[in-house]
Amino acid sequence: MSLLDLTLITGVLAMTVRMATPLIYGTIGETFTERAGVLNLGIEGMMLMGASVGFLVGYQSSSLWLGMGAAALTGVLLGLIMAFLTVSVGAQQHVAGLGLTIASSGLSFYIYRISVSNVGGVAPHMLPFTTIPIPYLSQIPILGDVLFNQYALVYIGLILVPISAFILFRTRFGLSLRAVGENPDAAATAGINVFQTRYVCLVVAGVLSAVGGAWLSLAEAGMFLPGLTQGRGWVCIALVVFANWSPMKVLAGAILFGGIDALQLSLQGVGWNIPYQLFLMLPYVLTILALIAVSRRARAPAALLLSYKRED
Amino acid sequence: MDAQQWVVEMKGIVKTFPGVIANDNITFQLRRGEIHALLGENGAGKTTLMNVLYGLYRPDKGEIRVNGKPVSFGSPQDAIALRIGMIHQHFMLVQAMDVLENIVLGLKSNKVVVDKVSAAKRISELSGTYGMKVDPHSYIWQLSVGEQQRVEILKAVYREAEILILDEPTAVLTPSEAKDLFRILHKMKEEGKSIVYISHKLDEVMEISDRISVLRQGEVVSDIPKAETSKLELARMMVGRDVVFRLSKSSTKIGQPILEVSEVYALNDRKVNALNKVSFLVREGEILGVAGVSGNGQRELADIIMGIRKVTSGRVTICGVDVTNDSPRARAELGVGFIPEDRVGVGLVMRLPILNNAIMKRYRDFSRGPLLDYNAASEYAARIIKEFDVKTPDMHYPTKTLSGGNLQKLILARELAMGPRLLVASQPTRGLDVGATEEIRSKLLEERSSGRGVLLISEDLDEILSLSDRIAVMFEGEIMGIVEAENARLEDIGMMMAGSKRMGA
Amino acid sequence: MTVEKRLLPSQRLNIAAPVVSTLVALLISAIPIYGGGVNPLIGYVELLHGALGDKLALTETFVMFAPLLLCGLSVALAFTCKFWNIGAEGQLYCGALFASFFAVYATSVPSFIAIPVMLVVGFLGGAGWAIIPAILKVKLKVDDVVTTLLGNWVMTYAVAAILFGPWKDPVTGWPESPVISSTTKLPILIPGSRFHLGIVLALLVAVAFYVIIRKTKWGFELLGIGGNQTASYAAGINVSRDFIFAAIVSGGIAGLAGVGQLAGILFHMTTDISPGFGYTGVVIAMVGGLSPIGVVLASFLMAVVVQGTQAMHRATGVPWALAETIQGIILLCLLVGVFFTKYRLRRGT
Repeated sequence: MSLLDLTLITGVLAMTVRMATPLIYGTIGETFTERAGVLNLGIEGMMLMGASVGFLVGYQSSSLWLGMGAAALTGVLLGLIMAFLTVSVGAQQHVAGLGLTIASSGLSFYIYRISVSNVGGVAPHMLPFTTIPIPYLSQIPILGDVLFNQYALVYIGLILVPISAFILFRTRFGLSLRAVGENPDAAATAGINVFQTRYVCLVVAGVLSAVGGAWLSLAEAGMFLPGLTQGRGWVCIALVVFANWSPMKVLAGAILFGGIDALQLSLQGVGWNIPYQLFLMLPYVLTILALIAVSRRARAPAALLLSYKRED
Repeated sequence: MDAQQWVVEMKGIVKTFPGVIANDNITFQLRRGEIHALLGENGAGKTTLMNVLYGLYRPDKGEIRVNGKPVSFGSPQDAIALRIGMIHQHFMLVQAMDVLENIVLGLKSNKVVVDKVSAAKRISELSGTYGMKVDPHSYIWQLSVGEQQRVEILKAVYREAEILILDEPTAVLTPSEAKDLFRILHKMKEEGKSIVYISHKLDEVMEISDRISVLRQGEVVSDIPKAETSKLELARMMVGRDVVFRLSKSSTKIGQPILEVSEVYALNDRKVNALNKVSFLVREGEILGVAGVSGNGQRELADIIMGIRKVTSGRVTICGVDVTNDSPRARAELGVGFIPEDRVGVGLVMRLPILNNAIMKRYRDFSRGPLLDYNAASEYAARIIKEFDVKTPDMHYPTKTLSGGNLQKLILARELAMGPRLLVASQPTRGLDVGATEEIRSKLLEERSSGRGVLLISEDLDEILSLSDRIAVMFEGEIMGIVEAENARLEDIGMMMAGSKRMGA
Repeated sequence: MTVEKRLLPSQRLNIAAPVVSTLVALLISAIPIYGGGVNPLIGYVELLHGALGDKLALTETFVMFAPLLLCGLSVALAFTCKFWNIGAEGQLYCGALFASFFAVYATSVPSFIAIPVMLVVGFLGGAGWAIIPAILKVKLKVDDVVTTLLGNWVMTYAVAAILFGPWKDPVTGWPESPVISSTTKLPILIPGSRFHLGIVLALLVAVAFYVIIRKTKWGFELLGIGGNQTASYAAGINVSRDFIFAAIVSGGIAGLAGVGQLAGILFHMTTDISPGFGYTGVVIAMVGGLSPIGVVLASFLMAVVVQGTQAMHRATGVPWALAETIQGIILLCLLVGVFFTKYRLRRGT
């Protein structure tokens, strides 16, 4: 099969959009929290917990959407914990996030193991979501399969991007949120409740990350195993910076990183000799380079990583 | 005048902070449509009084009436609701957002979406009415300081403020921006707004105000229409003391110049010129006092001598060595001691034990190779802590357990025990009680008698007058004049501090 | 309820915080144990027995202790001057990788030369990887949390690329390097166990850390920089130089952890030289309060947790993933505990 085969290209592009989906969910959530001044390193843990809980509930109940719902609730809980630690307790943000990820990472596999004891040698499997082709649009050659013959969550993810941009830049809430992340003192002077705003953002991020994780176990793999996320949570952290904290650029970045992922998987099939790990490395390297490029004009939210009213 | 015609009346206001009476039974009346200046030095109580009016502080005693009705403010939101707006010295603006967003931030509304179109329209209207040219879509970081200030004013006006309080508005403006500001204020007056203008600058106050209240040490000295007073009289009221207590100073032998600052220019944190062609020298055995209301470049001056800020041009020479833009280490090695204005931020590492801070400048002397001899260092620390009377039960306690006065004494101990040839002391007694103040002042005189050079930067005129041999006055980043302390006339110094006189160096 | 800052720090509280937090964490961790169908008390007994119960258990705990201690020290040193080194994992891998380049081909070099050289190479490998984010921070103000974190992934993928590629074991096809030379294997100190020289070396590094922080000029400067960078600079400390040096040593120590795993346990370079020691190092550094003794104790605690959970798993069937969970919960509880050392809660407003 040559690389220029049309089916291959379509397949890769469609895969790109799918691979981008969990990145979109996680990164949009992370964008919100960082715009409000909180670095959420717990995102990897939230994804794993979402994947695990989502799968388990889905499997037990045979309902994919119930699983998604459970994952979302898990995200709320984890978001609240992260908010409590970073906002109310004022703990150092990256340490709190790391602790949450370590705990959640372990817990996610733990609860899976105790719920799914010895099913012979076969891991429990679920029929994943099916695609929902959009009438007419899915008939368009190439583009139809890539964009309009996808899963429900992919559509939601794609719509999430412009909605987030709208919320962030056009609504009063978004305005307050950005002010909190740039200059919490000015925001407080203007009458905004800094704590509340950050709590809301972290809960939203929790839900989105968990749903993103559940996507992996319920829609992509149809099962759960450790390492399911392959560090995608961390990629989201990178992606926020790469996208310069802007939702529309997040979409572009997610497609880029998702594309690298898809390419890497496809190349394995085609038998190229480049170690695929170099592709896996690429998002991280690109982000570090982006950080260096951006450093001249610091564009991160000014109050990121600084705890508000809980000084050292 | 009939009480009902006062738009704001503050009666018998008392506000105290630990150790200090900021407002002592103050009465202040603002008429509708007037520009009323609050004149006084730093610490006179002007900002405190207006913070009370704006709801940032609750007065301990006293009554406030707005438009005749008694009011009590829980927070600035209450004052804003009563159409009072305040423009602080430190702007509360979000740099990364644009003018429109900053103005609209926090406004209560039922709508989810920000109506940018009608907001922009209203902003343009308002800025047109008051002659403030501001593009609603420019980002704050793109604006000059003067323009940023206009955004702050627009914030208040957008919220329909009828009473505007401006706190030292020209402290951050260039002369032409100040002119623009006055134009805007006049327009507002025409529109029927009432304005309180806090300032220490005589020229401005005489130019812009209708009435002037002079505050001194927390009390109102006079409340008088501009027409009935003069710059000279105001200077005297602002600065006048009955008796100037001068510590007995022995006469010393004045030696070689230890510090020479030549034609130095430097920028402040907002990238605006803070020092303009500053030149002076300090000789062994003398104290050169730099007088002036804080905010006129003193911090930047101390910074460039200390080495934590770069000069844009000019030279700094210490003990004959050109150290312009060298590291702080280079200056310390030449024998310079610093008492910084920001004790906690620049002077000390609060989290560490007192011991560590005490030896922070001399720890290299206690080391053999890579190792630090903590025993020897502790002995030294204990000695200087005792000598400088830093009160602490245990020098291994974190430094943040020390009270303000002891923090300062610790810094003094650290710097003076080295036997520096030059000591730069910036606001050394600010916020300290009488006892600590006297201790520190006598230490400064001791340095002088030992033949050291002392550069004393202080907004406390008493201190400058009683300690200095020569006095330099700073205003808006320039040295207005350098005079011998003995023959200095208070009125002259007052006028130089307020920017309306220059005297030969 | 209001939050009030404490004025006087209390030595008692500072010691109580990690201890109480750990106990609370173990209590909380009893919930998942119970959820797994195991009586938590029995579970913890098995844990302690499995970690400390007999000679084999104890030596295995020490085997686990060594890399944890080194990573903990690495992070603690970095955190002391506020170099947020979350990259110990990557530095560990880099150190192990470079050490293995030497160790695999050092067959003709006698042990007493080979082992020290290998250690130095490993140290330099870890140091080299850490210096990049440090320079980026100092020169360009690029955030070190993100760069060190991302660096982990770059390095682990690089290692995988090498081991799945040019250095793949030609016989088995596994992604592992050839076996290292027997002259570079760290000698076993307690016969019948896996207790190797690296463990003693780790303890020596801990002593070195103590000396650095408590006895040297450089340590004094690092404390200052971590406490208040501006004041330290104003007092004449060369902040940039100290910071980069700290990164070098921190990365180097993490590299040594990698060497220990390579030459003491595994004997060839693999893609899972470390099951996350670098990240646990962050937990250890925080729980240990960045102090030498604290880090040693916290490392031992974590080693007990990891070893003991394995034993608990074998005895009761509780999933092995519990170890990671407990580590995370300990850290989270500690963060709350630290809050209480700085603030107290009061009723009313």
